[in-house]
Amino acid sequence: MAIDHGKLKTVSLTVPVTTEDLKDIEIGTIVYLNGVVYTAREGIYKKVLEGGEQLPAHLAEISNANFHCSPAASQNADGTFNIGAMTGTASFRFSKWLEKWFKVSGAKIIIGKGGMTSEDYKKYFVPNGAIYLTTVGYGTGALLGRGIKSIKDVHWYDELGVAQAMWMVNVENFGPFIADSDLAGNSLFERENEKVKAGIDKLYEGTRAPALRRYGETNDRGDEVI
Amino acid sequence: MIQVPIIKETALTLMDKAAIDIPDDYLTGLQKAADTEEGDLSSFVLNAMLENYQAAKEDRRAMCADTGVPRWYVKMGNEAQISGGPVALEEALRGATAEATTGVPLRPNRVHPLWRTDHNNNVGLNAPEIEYSFEPDADWIDITTVHKGGLFGSDYRMLFPGDGIEGIKRFFLDCLVAFGKRGLACQPAIIGVGLGGSKDITMVLGKQAACLRTVGDRNPDPKVAELEMELKELGNSIGMGAMGFVGKSMVIDCHIECGFTHTGGMPMSVHAFCLSSRRAVARIHRDGRVEYRTDPNWFTPYMRRETIGWQSTTASLKQSV
Repeated sequence: MAIDHGKLKTVSLTVPVTTEDLKDIEIGTIVYLNGVVYTAREGIYKKVLEGGEQLPAHLAEISNANFHCSPAASQNADGTFNIGAMTGTASFRFSKWLEKWFKVSGAKIIIGKGGMTSEDYKKYFVPNGAIYLTTVGYGTGALLGRGIKSIKDVHWYDELGVAQAMWMVNVENFGPFIADSDLAGNSLFERENEKVKAGIDKLYEGTRAPALRRYGETNDRGDEVI
Repeated sequence: MIQVPIIKETALTLMDKAAIDIPDDYLTGLQKAADTEEGDLSSFVLNAMLENYQAAKEDRRAMCADTGVPRWYVKMGNEAQISGGPVALEEALRGATAEATTGVPLRPNRVHPLWRTDHNNNVGLNAPEIEYSFEPDADWIDITTVHKGGLFGSDYRMLFPGDGIEGIKRFFLDCLVAFGKRGLACQPAIIGVGLGGSKDITMVLGKQAACLRTVGDRNPDPKVAELEMELKELGNSIGMGAMGFVGKSMVIDCHIECGFTHTGGMPMSVHAFCLSSRRAVARIHRDGRVEYRTDPNWFTPYMRRETIGWQSTTASLKQSV
């Protein structure tokens, strides 16, 4: 059974991608990936961007798609690895490393959970001709696990463990993902937030503000927690 | 006497079942939501999730790679006896957690909060949590595992009696809207609400309400049951669906648990049990028989008692023997 995409535009990309490949991606486009994808999150960012360690040689030529995630993986007795499932982790908290990361890694696609702010997109993604893809659900771990055809390489496994190591995987029809940003730096999540916001005041009618406030609390329901 | 090797083997099976097989009650609830969802993006997300559960089942792989923080709930019959006692039971549950992490495989999520020390097996300081409850007139033990994410979707607030139901609704909406944006709470979810108790128990009750009651189950207090339905409706009228996209599927069900609290307060917690609401339950009988199910049946009349004592009935014990 294939997933019903309704009327949503669907695109398949081969990684490494060029900025040219990304120009037809609109926010809300469903994307599937082929080629090589690698994981990198706080463990790798600290090591490389703060600790000055070298990334694998010619990384951008192997892959320029950085997945914010950790696999459900284990090491077999013969030293090989087994990946069952893969699920994104929330990306907003990696914002502070991105400016440097784009320069060092040459990434053009960042994949993760929940997107980043359009401010981040405009500041860090647009100048690098990159876009953000969000995982779906967010629990399509089994579908993404199916899309992994083999493990190409694992870096810093002994030092960082399963969750934080850099996993490079060969993928086929790896997805689905949804484009949260486009090359202009727009955000699908922010567009949807605006639509939901329109009904919020009415929704809160008949509720009561609590007697005990929280220090620094805002009552602007348009605000986000990230 | 219940033998520990049986407990360990059962616990391993439970880890596997929880990680891979979506419970039927939640699946049915989500299917219903998918049938009525109109938002194109939200509909797509729900369809993808349904496909994902199928893929997990077919391939016997974890439905979500974020294992959350696997934990255990143990309900011990008052007459149950375990070879080696509770210490052996805990070792079996910790051992099964570690073995299942490499066996399924699951993501080793548990690290030291400061040093980020990772044993690569989801076992460590105070991990996994094991919570206990007891049941009169029974000689079995019920073991439940829950794999629930831990970063977003839960919150606590000290409310006061004067804040009233209107205050409860406000905080409920605050949590759902705040963590619903971008789908941080991985909705649509079973939402658990803890009301009352002392601060720590408020959190415990809300979490248990989310994780240990099934879709369609209602609180035995009719007025609380009514509030459950009202909050469910309220959550689904935010205008937000899966991943925070425009839609109407936010809450698959809402469960409230109450505890007697300080006369001046009305503390409240809200917990979202995500799209991959992973729970599995087994009853181990005295003779070693094991029965698997997905309803923890945690909140028994005994659990919700208000009295000092408890009037025993011997009916259930006789059945079990």
